[in-house]
Amino acid sequence: MADTPILELRKVNKSFGPVQVLHDIDLSVYPGQVTALVGDNGAGKSTLIKCIAGIHHVDSGEFFFGGNQVTLGSPRDAAALGIEIVYQDLALADNLDIVQNMFLGRESKNRLRQLDEGAMEAQARTVLSSLSVRTVKSVRQPVSSLSGGQRQTVAIAKAVLWNSKVVILDEPTAALGVAQTRQVLDLVRRLADRGLGVVLISHNMNDVIEVSDRIDALYLGRIAAEVKAADASVSQVVELITTGRSGDLGLSRATADANL
Amino acid sequence: MTTDNKGYSVASDASVLESTPEADAAAFASDAGPRNVVDAFKGYVAKVRGGEGGALPAILGALVLVIIFANTSDVFLSKGNFANLLQQAAQISVLGMGMVFVLLIGEIDLSAGTAGGVCAASLALALNNDGDLQASLGTGVFVALMLIMVATVVLAALSKLWIPAVIIALGIVVAVAHLGTTQLLAMFLSVAVGTSIGTLIGFLVARVGIPSFIVTLALFLAWQGVLLKFIGTGAAIPTRNFDLVDKIENGYMPVVFAWVVWALAMLAYLGTTAYRSISRRREGLSAEPLDLVLVRAGAIAVVTGIAVFVLNQDRSRTVFAKIQGVPWAVLIVAIVFVFWTYILTRTQYGRFLYAVGGNRQAARRAGIDVKRIRMSAFVICSGMAGLAGIIGASYLGGVPSDFGKNTDVLYAVGAAVIGGTSLFGGRGKVRDAVIGAIVIAMIPNGLNLIKNISSAYVFLVTGLVLLVAAGADALSRRSPAED
Repeated sequence: MADTPILELRKVNKSFGPVQVLHDIDLSVYPGQVTALVGDNGAGKSTLIKCIAGIHHVDSGEFFFGGNQVTLGSPRDAAALGIEIVYQDLALADNLDIVQNMFLGRESKNRLRQLDEGAMEAQARTVLSSLSVRTVKSVRQPVSSLSGGQRQTVAIAKAVLWNSKVVILDEPTAALGVAQTRQVLDLVRRLADRGLGVVLISHNMNDVIEVSDRIDALYLGRIAAEVKAADASVSQVVELITTGRSGDLGLSRATADANL
Repeated sequence: MTTDNKGYSVASDASVLESTPEADAAAFASDAGPRNVVDAFKGYVAKVRGGEGGALPAILGALVLVIIFANTSDVFLSKGNFANLLQQAAQISVLGMGMVFVLLIGEIDLSAGTAGGVCAASLALALNNDGDLQASLGTGVFVALMLIMVATVVLAALSKLWIPAVIIALGIVVAVAHLGTTQLLAMFLSVAVGTSIGTLIGFLVARVGIPSFIVTLALFLAWQGVLLKFIGTGAAIPTRNFDLVDKIENGYMPVVFAWVVWALAMLAYLGTTAYRSISRRREGLSAEPLDLVLVRAGAIAVVTGIAVFVLNQDRSRTVFAKIQGVPWAVLIVAIVFVFWTYILTRTQYGRFLYAVGGNRQAARRAGIDVKRIRMSAFVICSGMAGLAGIIGASYLGGVPSDFGKNTDVLYAVGAAVIGGTSLFGGRGKVRDAVIGAIVIAMIPNGLNLIKNISSAYVFLVTGLVLLVAAGADALSRRSPAED
């Protein structure tokens, strides 16, 4: 496993008015690893990824990308660095087909400024098959005709298409059945195996422990603890999520209780 | 979806990562496209059953109407009436093609008809007063108009809508420098006024955030007031004496010229579709089979060829004068149709329009300037209303004070929807408005030929047809979501 994190956050704070949502967040994302971000509703997961995406501006704290300090002022900055986010509510347009969705906003054009459909179609197919996506009949079928798992697959493939280095997945399996969840988790693992830094946000502890390498538990805006998935148990992670501490791990009792 | 979930373990993934040719072939099996005409036809039938009928309902509707009206009137199928029908449909289809853009982003423009009236009035006033709008409008109204146009240039430029900004700015030049004596420039002024109106609507809807229904309903009324102010309550301002404007609806292409245009258009269509089929197949992409392309191009050539042939016959009812040829308006509709179809299907801007109509949030996340795109749709719609206003003025021979007040907008929306454009956004083609306009125009045309029929039925039937089309749209939209 690589030693330098591809993305590193140091002492990130973020407030909305009087409410401090993130307290001194330290987070490292390593290439080739799946870093799970878990936490209860309102723990600050969404705010944290929106800060990474450049949608929210942090109040204080530093971002390092590949060892260099960077500022993430806008979603464009994040995209330029190679940070892609697959949102929970799937940013796909139902009326467009798979290729059109995957290239939306970044269409290839030929010399006459026409859309280069051929190049886009070929590239989309290459990416999908490199991710071993075998369930899609045609890359020209509209997204509205796809199942939930296939849609999630397309959304993830879209993120991979742009040679991204970090892919953040927000609840990728929340709305999926058992078999489809299986496919998406395999895909998540495959992303990491390709050397990408993957951040997985999920409520399903079994999924998290199975697919991720490291687990960061957020508790009321603080990182309660970071544990290795191999060493962690479901009950331990649940305890970290709900109380901010578990045995020797986690926040000091004073900090954890102060937030209540 | 459910068949290939063997739950293979993550660890032994290496075999899955290898992309074997056989596996790839199975994965994207449908991407080679239909192999022949029969397959393509089967695929089309499946699409129709799935609620994606395209233009089929409109064409079937047109056939039904033709059969009914052919039985109720001897004149309906005459050469003269066929030309009439196309002349009546021209304005509706141009207005409808503009409307498609607004409908694509899930909005509506109820003001397009009266906006077209304001545009046509600018054209007529400029023509009749040697280009001097100031004299005909009065200094106060003229200055107000110019200020609004200048303001919309700024609004368009701020939204980086450069082309509309330039069009409006040139329109201001035409108005101020009295260039409207030249008929072509007066027509340009009409389109520029429409573009300005569209920028205003787009700004109010996309930037201020007022629902388009309210903005355009309010402006539907307001433009009627402006039109009255421009024209006065008196008689229509004539455009009949200006041959270029008049010829649009009342002039006909020379017989040979019409055939040459037809032949070139058909060759260009066949050439581009066949080239696409061949080159895509060569690159291993999904492509239409060549024989399907040939059959379709042949069918289109036959239908349009018959139309040109019929229109090129003498349809005069007297022996003293000959009336023959395709109305120039048909050529204008055809050019506009090809242009906007190209923009919608082959450019990034067109793709953005569909994306914004399909899922605004997704479009925003993809980095699309959603407000700019939404604004531009209204600009195109009203600019096209300016063009439709010219055609309408040509058809009526002048601009009356109630221009565009009655059924224009509803016919335009109806044309688009009957043709297959969705009222819910994200689905539609420029083609829809043209086919739909012929169906819509056929109803009053056919009904008015029936002896002793009250105009009550014309409104009633047209209204019901619109309702059926909108109902079909709603149902076809529902079916895929519910299975």
